Amino acid sequence: MLLKANRLFKLALGPVLMLLSLASAGALAAGSKVNQVNMSPGVTDVGQNIYDLHMLIFWICVIIGALVFGVMFYSIYYHRKSRGVTPATFHESTKVEIAWTVVPFLILIGMAVPATSTLLEIYDFDDAEMDILITGYQWKWKYEYLNADGENVSFFSNLRTPQSEVYNTEAKGEHYLLEVDEPVVIPVDTKVRFLVTANDVIHSWWVPELAVKKDAIPGFINETWTKATVEGVYRGQCAELCGKDHGFMPVVVNVVSKEEYADWMAVKKSEAAEIRELMAQTFTMDELMARGKAVYERNCLACHGANGEGGVGTAIAGSAIATGEVGGHLEVGINGVPGTAMQAFGGQINDVEMAAVITYQRNAFGNNMGDMIQPIDVYNHKRG
Amino acid sequence: MGAHHHGPAKGLSRWLFTTNHKDIGTMYLWFSFAMFILGGSFAMIIRAELFQPGMQLVDPAFFNQMTTLHGLVMVFGAIMPSFVGLANWMIPMMIGAPDMALPRMNNWSFWILPPAFLILASTLFMEGGAPAFGWTFYAPLSTTYAPPSVTYFIFSIHVLGLSSIMGSINIIATVMNMRAPGMTYMKMPLFVWTWLITAFLLVAVMPVLAGAVTMMLMDVHFGTSFFSAAGGGDPVLFQHIFWFFGHPEVYIIILPAFGVVSQIIPTFARKPLFGYDSMVYATASIAFLSFVVWAHHMYTVGMPVAGELFFMYATMLIAVPTGVKVFNWVTTMWRGAMTFETPMLFCMGFLVLFTIGGFTGLMLSIAPADFQYHDSYFVVAHFHYVMVAGAVFSMSAAIYYWLPKWCGRMYNEAMGKTHFWISFIGFNIAFFPQHFVGLAGMPRRIPDYALQFADFNMLSSIGAFIYGASQILFLYNVIATIVAGKPTSDEKTWDGAEGLEWTVATPAPYHTFETPPRVK
Repeated sequence: MLLKANRLFKLALGPVLMLLSLASAGALAAGSKVNQVNMSPGVTDVGQNIYDLHMLIFWICVIIGALVFGVMFYSIYYHRKSRGVTPATFHESTKVEIAWTVVPFLILIGMAVPATSTLLEIYDFDDAEMDILITGYQWKWKYEYLNADGENVSFFSNLRTPQSEVYNTEAKGEHYLLEVDEPVVIPVDTKVRFLVTANDVIHSWWVPELAVKKDAIPGFINETWTKATVEGVYRGQCAELCGKDHGFMPVVVNVVSKEEYADWMAVKKSEAAEIRELMAQTFTMDELMARGKAVYERNCLACHGANGEGGVGTAIAGSAIATGEVGGHLEVGINGVPGTAMQAFGGQINDVEMAAVITYQRNAFGNNMGDMIQPIDVYNHKRG
Repeated sequence: MGAHHHGPAKGLSRWLFTTNHKDIGTMYLWFSFAMFILGGSFAMIIRAELFQPGMQLVDPAFFNQMTTLHGLVMVFGAIMPSFVGLANWMIPMMIGAPDMALPRMNNWSFWILPPAFLILASTLFMEGGAPAFGWTFYAPLSTTYAPPSVTYFIFSIHVLGLSSIMGSINIIATVMNMRAPGMTYMKMPLFVWTWLITAFLLVAVMPVLAGAVTMMLMDVHFGTSFFSAAGGGDPVLFQHIFWFFGHPEVYIIILPAFGVVSQIIPTFARKPLFGYDSMVYATASIAFLSFVVWAHHMYTVGMPVAGELFFMYATMLIAVPTGVKVFNWVTTMWRGAMTFETPMLFCMGFLVLFTIGGFTGLMLSIAPADFQYHDSYFVVAHFHYVMVAGAVFSMSAAIYYWLPKWCGRMYNEAMGKTHFWISFIGFNIAFFPQHFVGLAGMPRRIPDYALQFADFNMLSSIGAFIYGASQILFLYNVIATIVAGKPTSDEKTWDGAEGLEWTVATPAPYHTFETPPRVK
């Protein structure tokens, strides 16, 4: 109750708080706060410059607003008919018109100078120490580290918030809708260049604290960069309407020390090697089903339902594809169905995962086909 | 009255076949109000879903249909036709013309509108749902990934464009050819001036929109790849074409509103408009600049830095003529003898809130800062300050201002003022907090949001419901006035009003200025 009252009080004071928070500019810690009312300067120099620019223009607007509204309200109060005034008759003055054309023009030049220098700074892509290729998919992000040794590491980053929280059957966690299964990791104090593109429709990669927002456009590669100066977890979202689950494809960036980053990268590389090994393995039915269930929940459930009952996508339980011949089922999983929301997952999940999820779909939800698909089958299907 | 003078026909055929500018104006106004209610109810669904975090009422796909249709219906169905309706009623009466120059085309340009919106609304009941790609319908979400109803959407946009072009041609022809003797261009009321310039903007950009949707149609059905990189096209090309239409479009919406405010403020300040000439030049400058700023909607698409700089500088320049307008309005009030009837209240509301929307517009023009604002709720707040508090408030002012002249009955002043205050308060509760959540990082067009945005969103929804409810009061007040308002036959409803429309009888007869007045 007290908490509620306190929050309402804060709400009512929103505008005042905004002004106050300006006074303590730069003191904001990482992460956007409950009832935050202003832009965060974030953890990059560019972010700080953008913030300063934002505040400069804000204050110029406040001053002009105070003058214009001041004159207006003075006039509303003193120049009312009820006070018995007689209206003046003046209606033009070239001098005044010139003055209020020229003065704003000069103010604009004053704004344009810092704006231009910040923009040029943002457009300086030179001297990037590492590159990450970011690809937007409906509705997840793929990160590919373009390592200098040629050993690239890539993974998908999916929303981790469960449907039960979205549909209110479970209490919402602290980072509701802003949490992913695998965050992108970058080292601190390092100029990281992001190459941004998309696989289907236009997305936009936005992390307010890193002061980066860039559209991900299918068929084109945009570049942008950041250099975080403070370690921490920074959260953002897709900013460009990209279809049904536009609101459900967050970005989480872990900024870590350079040592931690090196360790993390080593682990990722060995994981990649492990998967290459797994590809050659033969799995038992139980192993495939267990892996498949996890893959299903991450990639299929949103459209096909928790029990394969369908939704945006068609039902899998009892479907002609899932109970038909294996080749047809693999084809849909790997290459998708053009012209529908069913994407080509062949490039999104690895062959082990594909084998497992196809097996799972054929043996769950009452589809008791009894057949198993191994990674080698997926590999062969891809090879045609 | 001569024998050839006749009143309106009876029954339905009066409305179906009418070529009378007043009848057509009335139909436009009622139609736009119906669309305002429809688009408003979509907004209520949006705000109800956003009342709390989590999905409660609709699914995300339907939510996207609502945001899309809300935008389309409000822009093309509510705001634009309402000002065309106002132009139909007022332009002939303001320039001393007996009717519009092309009365049969006038009938057509209205009557193709309802079927166009019927088609658009019917997409809600189609397989795959209504368009769900936002009112800006960016490709390839609106082409390769669109629901089948996109074809109906394209057809509907074509028809709307046709209607707008015909309406504009009519306004241009009327203003250029049918001014009363002595009514030189620089004596025209500002509402006529702003509409003349708006009409030129419409004729220039509506065909561009038609081109954009035709290219979409080709991509969807005929195998072209205008907007698909896979076939050698470019999705960003769509945005360039769309915003080449879209930016002038926002001035198409706001310039007539400037005209309305420029008529009303002098009336209630009892003092002539300050800087008439500069108002005309400022309007023309805004219109000109509107053609060279479109890519400020696209700062994040990856333009070269030279492009960013050009569009940033050009956009910032718009602040100059817009500032001139605001200064002129305030100076008109200075040392006047003001009273604050409902139309004046709405104009004051317009002046304050539009100026705030202008300030946030200036902030948005700064390309580096826009990297943080773009596609956030800050943008939503910005354009609702200029669209709602700009266009809709001035439209409300216009209705209260001229309604007594139209129907010979006075509206209920107390109810009008109540409507204003509830609107004003509700609007600000709804949209002011959106600046905060936007700056804090909430993207627009999302059906669900992170917990730190919860309180402001709830507040915003409450404000939206209040604002929505106040429009019911507006509707009631207007109907009550027409049916049972206190009769008035004063030629001048407002003692400070100037202009030819106040020289004809009240209520305005079916035909006015059959013999042209002489303007000194």
